[in-house]
Amino acid sequence: MHSTARAVLRRRFQNRLRSAVLLVAMLVFVRVAAAEFITQVPVESAQGAPSATTAPIEATALFNEHRLPLGMWILGIGVATTIFVSRARSGKLPTIRRIAALEAVDEAIGRATEMGRPVLFIPGIQDMDNIQTVAGITMLSRVATTAAHYDAVIEAPTSRSLVMEAARDAVQASCLAAGRPESFQPDRINYITDEQFGYAAYVGGKMLREKPAACFYMGCFFAESLIFSEIGNSIGAIQIAGTAESSQLPFFVAACDYTLIGEEFFAASAYLSGEPDQLGTLQAQDSAKIAVLAFIVIGSAVATVSAICGSPSFLVEAYHLLQRALGVSP
Amino acid sequence: MILRRTIPIWIATLGGFVMLISAFGKPIEGMGESFAEVFNVIAAIAFVLGAGSLLKANLTKISRRDAGWGFAIVTLSTFAVTLIAGIFKVGVNPSRDFPLATFSGKQTTPESPFGWLYEYAMVPLTSTMFALLAFYVASAAFRAFRAKNLEAGLLLGTAFIVLLGRTFAGVILTGWLPEWASGLRLENLSVYVMQVFNTAGNRAIIVGIALGVAATSLRILLGVDRSWMGTGGDR
Repeated sequence: MHSTARAVLRRRFQNRLRSAVLLVAMLVFVRVAAAEFITQVPVESAQGAPSATTAPIEATALFNEHRLPLGMWILGIGVATTIFVSRARSGKLPTIRRIAALEAVDEAIGRATEMGRPVLFIPGIQDMDNIQTVAGITMLSRVATTAAHYDAVIEAPTSRSLVMEAARDAVQASCLAAGRPESFQPDRINYITDEQFGYAAYVGGKMLREKPAACFYMGCFFAESLIFSEIGNSIGAIQIAGTAESSQLPFFVAACDYTLIGEEFFAASAYLSGEPDQLGTLQAQDSAKIAVLAFIVIGSAVATVSAICGSPSFLVEAYHLLQRALGVSP
Repeated sequence: MILRRTIPIWIATLGGFVMLISAFGKPIEGMGESFAEVFNVIAAIAFVLGAGSLLKANLTKISRRDAGWGFAIVTLSTFAVTLIAGIFKVGVNPSRDFPLATFSGKQTTPESPFGWLYEYAMVPLTSTMFALLAFYVASAAFRAFRAKNLEAGLLLGTAFIVLLGRTFAGVILTGWLPEWASGLRLENLSVYVMQVFNTAGNRAIIVGIALGVAATSLRILLGVDRSWMGTGGDR
């Protein structure tokens, strides 16, 4: 059998296996959640008649009932992901709006190549247990692929040694995938320090000395975000930032040319890959957003009507129910 | 192929699902913490690699006489001094409970060389870097608040209200307004802008972030997105 066909079959088998694992996990979850509700028995009132209230049996509590709403949301997103990924595989691809920051990635790397200057990539200052760092590394691999195609030099100083290892692996694999293994220079991806401002001082100094033509800040940032982006602005670099730290977004918006705001940052990898599987997950994300929006609109309407009508008990109950569904304590 | 791609994907999938289920299942609540401890162990091992990378980068810089090689000597010297002072507890007085045990004292107090380095070298240097932010905030604000178009004008107006409302000048400027128009006083307008407009916008971003985190995590757990291993992982 041809090796490519075999690889496709293997990939298909792995995808099916993972879907089966997810399905089993969901079934276990539903079974445990259902058992939690089924084991809720009526509480005997003083007269011996069963009352309307119920109480769970402690001995069979396998499930953390306080996290039930969150679990249901995760389950819902999981189901939506499975459905939309299947739809995308069958050819029904969603339309993705244009994200200017991601469209500018190639332009920024091309400019760096033309000017003969390096591309600087900062994957945040947190470790690999932070999802923003993982998203930053996925962006690094995309940027590294383009840089390898253009033969541009990429520099990635890191503030965590584990991130350095992950970044080296990602860039090496990207260079191999681009057919330019010689472009991989491990010494340009190095560990500096875990100390926040020590790292900021190093990166700031490096930017001023080497004047990179394109700077990418993708990951979890805190106070150093403005130091990086202002120095980058002063040296005239094209700057593209992405973070989910809402307190740092204004700084990036003010100082960078393009900013990926919150969810755009997490969607970047799927957007750049253009693969049906990944685009399907974006559609699932959007469907969950519509559900949240519906809850917010209904909740606001119920709260407003309740306030106007003098808080009738059924509306107050409905409002509390909505709050519980969103995992907010009434 | 198996070592570099298949096994890492399965480790990520297994670890992720265990962490996920342990958040909901009471019998396996502790397993999530165990996996987090495994991460700490791996991070500690990787720290040795990080130190190796630091040494290699700086020694290369010195041997090549690259630009700024003098700073590399400073980096390596301070690294060595701090490491030796910390590991060997140089100059640390023994603990009162165990006066005969040389290494029983703590090296984190300012009386010890390690603690002194932290207190009187590290903290001032860090504070200096942090203080630079004041100037960067001023320059960023100067660019951001230029009223080039309608949106920038609105931003400038809002910033003007919020900044003035949080200073004594704002209170003095609009303090003369009568009680029935107190909502228009700058300090009250500032609170209104922050509590209503800012909170609404911020929560919209946070909802998007939460869903983005969930979708990204699922993509990685299911192996749909393998680019964290490099784009070669897609193949």
